[in-house]
Amino acid sequence: MCLLLSFQSFCRAMATYLEFIQQNEERDGVRFSWNVWPSSRLEATRMVVPLACLLTPLKERLDLPPVQYEPVLCSRPTCKAVLNPLCQVDYRAKLWACNFCFQRNQFPPAYAGISEVNQPAELMPQFSTIEYIVQRGPQMPLIFLYVVDTCLEEEDLQALKESLQMSLSLLPHDALVGLITFGRMVQVHELSCEGISKSYVFRGTKDLTAKQIQDMLGLSRPAVPMQQGRSLQTPEQPVISSRFLQPVHKIDMNLTDLLGELQRDPWPVTQGKRPLRSTGVALSIAVGLLEGTFPNTGARIMLFTGGPPTQGPGMVVGDELKTPIRSWHDIEKDNARFMKKATKHYETLANRSAANGHCIDIYTCALDQTGLLEMKCCANLTGGHMVMGDSFNTSLFKQTFQRVFSKGYNGEFRMAFGANLDVKTSRELKIAGAIGPCISLNAKGPCVSENELGIGGTSQWKICSLDPSTTLAIYFEVVNQHNAPIPQGGRGAVQFVTQYQHSSTQRRIRVTTIARNWADAQTQLQHIEAAFDQEAAAVLMARLGVYRAESEEGPDVLRWLDRQLIRLCQKFGQYNKDDPISFRLSESFSLYPQFIFHLRRSPFLQVFNNSPDESSYYRHHFARQDLTQSLIMIQPILYAYSFHGPPEPVLLDSSSILPDRILLMDTFFQIVIYLGETIAQWQKAGYQDMPEYENFKHLLQAPLDDAQEILQTRFPMPRYVHTEHGGSQARFLLSKVNPSQTHNNLYAWGQESGAPILTDDVSLQVFMDHLKKLAVSSAS
Amino acid sequence: MSVNQQAHTGPPYGQPQPGYQGYQQPAYGGQSLPGVPQAQYGAYNGPMPGYQQPVPPQGYFPSLGFPSKGSPVSLNSDTSSLAPNFIGSLRAPPTSGAPPPASGASHPSGPLAYSQFEHGDVQNGIPASAAPVQRPPASQPFLPGSAPTPVIQQYGAPPASVQQLRNHMAGMTIGSTAASAPPPAGLGYGVGPSSYPPTTGAPRPPAMPGPPLPGQTVAAPPSSQPNHVSSPPPPSTMAGLHPGPPMSGLHGPPPPTHPPQPGYPMQQNGSFGQMRGPQPNYGGAYPGAPNYGSPPGPPPPPKRLDPDSIPSPQLNELPPQQKPRHRIDPDAIPSPIQVIEDDRNNRGSEPFVTGVRGQVPPLVTTNFLVKDQGNASPRYIRCTSYNIPCTSDMAKQSQVPLAAVIKPLATLPPEETLPYLVDHGESGPVRCNRCKAYMCPFMQFIEGGRRFQCCFCSCVTEVPPHYFQHLDHTGKRVDFYDRPELSLGSYEFLATVDYCKNNKFPSPPAFIFMIDVSYNAVKSGLVRLICEELKSLLDYLPREGNMEESAIRVGFVTYNKVLHFYNVKSSLAQPQMMVVSDVADMFVPLLDGFLVNVNESRTVIASLLDQIPEMFADTRETETVFAPVIQAGLEALKAAECAGKLFIFHTSLPIAEAPGKLKNRDDRKLINTDKEKTLFQPQTSFYNNLAKDCVAQGCCVDLFLFPNQYLDVATLGVVPYQTGGSIYKYAYFQLETDQYRFLNDLRRDVQKEVGFDAVMRVRTSTGIRATDFFGAFYMSNTTDVEMAGLDCDKTITVEFKHDDKLSEDSGALLQCALLYTSCAGQRRLRIHNLSLNCCTQLADLYRNCETDTLINYLAKFAYRGVLSSPVKTVRDALINQCAQILACYRKNCASPSSAGQLILPECMKLLPVYLNCVLKSDVLQPGPEVTTDDRAYIRQLVTSMDVAETNVFFYPRLLPLTKADVDSDSLPAAIRNSEERLSKGDIYLLENGLNIFVWVGVSVQQGLIQNLFGVSSFSQISNALSTLPVLENPFSKKVRSIVDMLQGQRSRYMKLIVVKQEDKLEMLFKHFLVEDKSLTGGASYVDFLCHMHKEIRQLLS
Repeated sequence: MCLLLSFQSFCRAMATYLEFIQQNEERDGVRFSWNVWPSSRLEATRMVVPLACLLTPLKERLDLPPVQYEPVLCSRPTCKAVLNPLCQVDYRAKLWACNFCFQRNQFPPAYAGISEVNQPAELMPQFSTIEYIVQRGPQMPLIFLYVVDTCLEEEDLQALKESLQMSLSLLPHDALVGLITFGRMVQVHELSCEGISKSYVFRGTKDLTAKQIQDMLGLSRPAVPMQQGRSLQTPEQPVISSRFLQPVHKIDMNLTDLLGELQRDPWPVTQGKRPLRSTGVALSIAVGLLEGTFPNTGARIMLFTGGPPTQGPGMVVGDELKTPIRSWHDIEKDNARFMKKATKHYETLANRSAANGHCIDIYTCALDQTGLLEMKCCANLTGGHMVMGDSFNTSLFKQTFQRVFSKGYNGEFRMAFGANLDVKTSRELKIAGAIGPCISLNAKGPCVSENELGIGGTSQWKICSLDPSTTLAIYFEVVNQHNAPIPQGGRGAVQFVTQYQHSSTQRRIRVTTIARNWADAQTQLQHIEAAFDQEAAAVLMARLGVYRAESEEGPDVLRWLDRQLIRLCQKFGQYNKDDPISFRLSESFSLYPQFIFHLRRSPFLQVFNNSPDESSYYRHHFARQDLTQSLIMIQPILYAYSFHGPPEPVLLDSSSILPDRILLMDTFFQIVIYLGETIAQWQKAGYQDMPEYENFKHLLQAPLDDAQEILQTRFPMPRYVHTEHGGSQARFLLSKVNPSQTHNNLYAWGQESGAPILTDDVSLQVFMDHLKKLAVSSAS
Repeated sequence: MSVNQQAHTGPPYGQPQPGYQGYQQPAYGGQSLPGVPQAQYGAYNGPMPGYQQPVPPQGYFPSLGFPSKGSPVSLNSDTSSLAPNFIGSLRAPPTSGAPPPASGASHPSGPLAYSQFEHGDVQNGIPASAAPVQRPPASQPFLPGSAPTPVIQQYGAPPASVQQLRNHMAGMTIGSTAASAPPPAGLGYGVGPSSYPPTTGAPRPPAMPGPPLPGQTVAAPPSSQPNHVSSPPPPSTMAGLHPGPPMSGLHGPPPPTHPPQPGYPMQQNGSFGQMRGPQPNYGGAYPGAPNYGSPPGPPPPPKRLDPDSIPSPQLNELPPQQKPRHRIDPDAIPSPIQVIEDDRNNRGSEPFVTGVRGQVPPLVTTNFLVKDQGNASPRYIRCTSYNIPCTSDMAKQSQVPLAAVIKPLATLPPEETLPYLVDHGESGPVRCNRCKAYMCPFMQFIEGGRRFQCCFCSCVTEVPPHYFQHLDHTGKRVDFYDRPELSLGSYEFLATVDYCKNNKFPSPPAFIFMIDVSYNAVKSGLVRLICEELKSLLDYLPREGNMEESAIRVGFVTYNKVLHFYNVKSSLAQPQMMVVSDVADMFVPLLDGFLVNVNESRTVIASLLDQIPEMFADTRETETVFAPVIQAGLEALKAAECAGKLFIFHTSLPIAEAPGKLKNRDDRKLINTDKEKTLFQPQTSFYNNLAKDCVAQGCCVDLFLFPNQYLDVATLGVVPYQTGGSIYKYAYFQLETDQYRFLNDLRRDVQKEVGFDAVMRVRTSTGIRATDFFGAFYMSNTTDVEMAGLDCDKTITVEFKHDDKLSEDSGALLQCALLYTSCAGQRRLRIHNLSLNCCTQLADLYRNCETDTLINYLAKFAYRGVLSSPVKTVRDALINQCAQILACYRKNCASPSSAGQLILPECMKLLPVYLNCVLKSDVLQPGPEVTTDDRAYIRQLVTSMDVAETNVFFYPRLLPLTKADVDSDSLPAAIRNSEERLSKGDIYLLENGLNIFVWVGVSVQQGLIQNLFGVSSFSQISNALSTLPVLENPFSKKVRSIVDMLQGQRSRYMKLIVVKQEDKLEMLFKHFLVEDKSLTGGASYVDFLCHMHKEIRQLLS
């Protein structure tokens, strides 16, 4: 009876929780690993998966009109939480109590007319997320600084030039643009000159301080910090900087010509050498230029490069072609002689840039590695984009780049700048850290935990650039002591305050306040269990894993991940000791091990078969995409098209590969269309062109259309692979599916049930078997 | 003058050659202008005969023995004794002699290869044929004997007389001096020259009674040499010191000894004595003896100052004792004008044929043609002496520096042939195995032509098979005339890849124009001016031979505190400017498009040059950098892998933060202290290192300075100087007044012939060795002179020292080899060979000296000395050395005479006056108005001057414009640089290679003023004139043509300054009247001569 009841409620709970999670995500852009929180530190640690959330600060919300006033803040200096629906309000006394610090605050005069029936938006429950537009500081136009590598093949350069010229028309009308080109030298182009094109040239081998750069560019006037000196700066500032950064509407003709005349780096490259490419200095100058002229203004440094930096600070590889660029193997052997220095250089730049609120995008197109490993922090720390392609002359790059300037539903650019994320928690919680495209602002406060997960030690982070999909993982720690029970019905609350510069150059503040119930894990474990968001948890754990992988050895991370999984299974599985067969997981956990299985095989943790650049690239995107995309990355989606029925998602398993199927796989980075053996033969025979087999034609077309749909929305553009049974490109598919059939297990050999994969990797089945064994083992 | 002329008579040696005569008679005669011919003729012959004849026939010997003064004398004397041998030896090298006959024969069939050459040969050939006529057949081989004889016969008489005259004169003078001295005491000094001319006697009114004069000159004991200026030592002191001799010298001795020669003086006078008279006299005198013609003019050069008489008031030391103080007659002391004039008359009319060893060429002031017959033209090499002492002891004793002034790429007059280019194909030039000397006319082929013996080191080397050629019966190669390297003194080899840097043939050089665009430069209009000029100037870049367009590429840079490079690639729609602010670590921001072909990028360049002035019109930047500018150019050339030249236009002291930053350290208080030398030294060694790098790359720097204040030329000049570049300085540049000068300099500098990446080595016969070098270059070892660039004006002075004995027979040979890249990028070797005589008698040395060259060397030596020693030390050393030279002469070569007589070698009679000029020059004795920069500038300038330039620089040319004959195109006769010579009623022009002054006397006729200046009165003449107004009247035209002509002669455009008498500018002008006492304490000529005499006497006692 009791059991039954609990089961029913459980089922009900499941349904509710799924809805609840989805609702929350849609409204607030937040997904928590646990939606009912264990009420003490001890219990929380036993839950294995930390209490954490994925936050998409600028999640696009059609139904959220921003309000045109300033938020009301808690008056306690250490709190400053924003008035929200969870606050208790005394309408008569015109007082409100902060739900984080319990400070009682007077409403500001403007709120004099407040009453139960006349509530400001921020007090309404549906406005747990609300956006304010504030009139603060001058509105600075957005800045786009192109940093262009000229050591490209003619064709590549031409394509890049065209893309850049095209982009001018996509920029906001009043945006400021600048151009830096580099090869062996670095040139900062002055855009305002008539009759002669003028540029400042820097040696590509010499690192310069920001001060030197500004002196050399003739910008030596002390930079006026934008935020403070409102009155001082206005008249002169634009004049100074206008030499290198000009409103696009004024000089787009000039710049178009300039780009048109751009030549390949003229310095001779002798046989057996790489061109000398001064990426490090070019970036340094770009950063220095903006730092001096537009600190704390939304700006994008867009680096386009076609090869690795080969000289000066930040060089990644020498110019001798006979010395290949470092591989994972070299790195493990400590054989990458430039890596540390280069990484340090780019880190310094990234930090400087981030400190000034400027972001750095890296668009790199080359067949070989280009040093993304070393440069990754530039994009990672500043929220910039990272795009990797084979050539600038591919649609992958062209469309991706175009999409950078795509506009949202209301015609606004889907980019925001200089965001400052402030997280506030109620007392029982502390903030352990964040993982995402951000840097710490080092705001120590009462709600900052001593234990760090990700970028910790702060309650505020800076995200120099973000778009509606940018997602941070934020980890919390329950600090409530076991013996200090939380009053019944008590809720924990978290408030996310994101101040940012909107693409319209407005300053905006988005405030999201959420609350979750506390539960005693000893008595109400099933509630907690039911409220487990395994998708979010998988992504959050994956982020932790990837974060660790950046600094730890790969096997260590895997071991850690496995241990966590085993512990989780031990904690939440139902089994008899030492009896693997008896092992069961509840529905809310059922998918989790599979996610972890695929995560272990993913390029985020496996470096085998990936270059360091690719790893960096994959990890970069993984650390910033929202939950859905992250899940696709962890466990690619596989659809099957056949004459047997409508398209259906199928298991990511080798058994899904059948001769009469067309498969469409989306790994986020690649879209693979795979024609089964029979289908491929049909296609070769040309059946699709015969009127009587039109249905076959439609079958062939269906995955293409679906792929197109994905391609339309994805940023960056995935690699689009169209292949067939036996095709070389089929490896993209074969490397992803669960190798349930391999040359080693012959039980399915010769059957029509799929394609064997030639691998020694363990299959999901083996993995699960082991997991069960370990979970139930009393030894552990 | 006469001295020189005589010296030149030396050439007569050459004349004996058959070719010569032949020449004259047929070709010459015919060609020569009607009027002139005879004289010239005469001149020609004159010398020849004079030479040889004198010796034997007249029995001059005695006097000759003492080659007293004139080189002529020496010649004679030599001839007498040496001549035979000499000539013999000379001819011995059948080279010269052989040519004519052989050539005559062979030429006709001459290989086509050297068509030009052939031509030359032909000419030779003709003469050859002629020669036979005149000379005994024997002469063919050049037997001296033969030649001489005929000569003698022909001219014998006249020349003899002349020489005799001279000698006599000399003797006379001396003697007379002494003798006369007494009476005209004062005159004594002047004696030398004036005395000779009998006429003079008359003219010189007061001081020198007619007779005495001659007497003086002659005075010297007959035997004694005329040259001695019997400058009686300033009586008092001298006397005091050396009671005996001086006294006697003063009085007694002279008269008695010399009397004999009086007769001659008459004839001679023309030459020497009279300053002005000479010409007319000459004319008169010579006409009679056609042969003689002008040549004989050889003024009896003796100059002696009668110390006795001297008692020049000025000389403190010369407290005239017994005698009343006599002012020395300035006319009586050796006159440069006279010497120049005489040489011009004697030697200007006939070509100077270089076939004979050890000939003293005509003076640099003389216009003459050169025929290369185996020795380098004096335009390429001049020596202090053409007769080198055989032993170092002799050399030390004489103290005469042995130096050659070499101008390897000298411009030749259009009538002379450029050195032929020899291409030996891949094997390259033939060289001695041991010393690596290049094949030259002096190499001796042996063993039937299979081997040759090096004339420098005697090593025997196999003749490479491809170069083999049979010898004729005289031991000469059959292809002698077909090969420039066997028959000429100067020629070029095409270098093989082995002679190239990195074993790669060089690319054509580049010119980079680097323009200061700081506030000062923009404001003064300079930037606009340069840009405008460049637009047209770029069409006149130097080209090689007959190439259609110059191979030189150009690049542009502007700079202030930062540098702006320009991309002017032809494919660009508009130029691109690239700013490099990182001056601490200079680099070149672009490769492609920086250095471009002018024609291809014409429109882009034009657009750039239009825009530069606009772009910087509003600049407020006043600070400049300098070293980074050079570095930039250097890097650009490095990147382009070529040599080249930077033209830097700079205005101010580089004080901006950058390498090579300078501070203002000008401190006049240092003058005359031990620290004065620091003013000439660079502030920092940075530029020395930079220069070294530049030289390594072949980056030559030409610097145009436009200072408004001190900008430390000493430091800025380091790089230009060491890279073989030039510095031009326009202080207080003003567009209106200075632009023409600047533009002319710029045009010439850009257009002139230049070689790059040059290395010069001078090889010498065993026995002497090149030990020291002066000029604008860099040396990384002790033998190779490296120059990033070498233009046609740059001169290197090389000093030789003995390291062994030389022999009279084989003489001394010099071979100057210059490896360079031509303006089309061709790697070449230019070879200059010169053979000199060697002597065992000091007299021979003194007879074959060239004072102008000597001064060139001494000035350079002294100017280098100021870098390391106090100026006073340098001056004293100079005086001392000259005193020793003269004392040695007096002791060893002059006939015994009164110590009171100042006896100067004929060839060196101008040494005192010129030396005085050097001592008074701004570097060694600055006046208050001379800035530190000026001194540093001049110091560097002089260091690469050739002989002609130093000559006029130290002893400016002063021309009485009002005496000019408006109908002829000749120059008026120059006058001596002394205020006394100026007349209030005349207008004079003075030029020294840097400036032209037009001095207007207060009482010049208004008509003249009107004609010349276009104003009605003296007071209306503006001081600010920088050019003479163009007026349509003969006088104006004439003056302007004179000015133009002078400008044309100089490598720099001279600044024209109009000076009105008694105006404040006159002070400046007077500074250049070098015979006068200068305001800054420089001695007058007369005083200095006395001082010199005193020094000599001290040395002798």
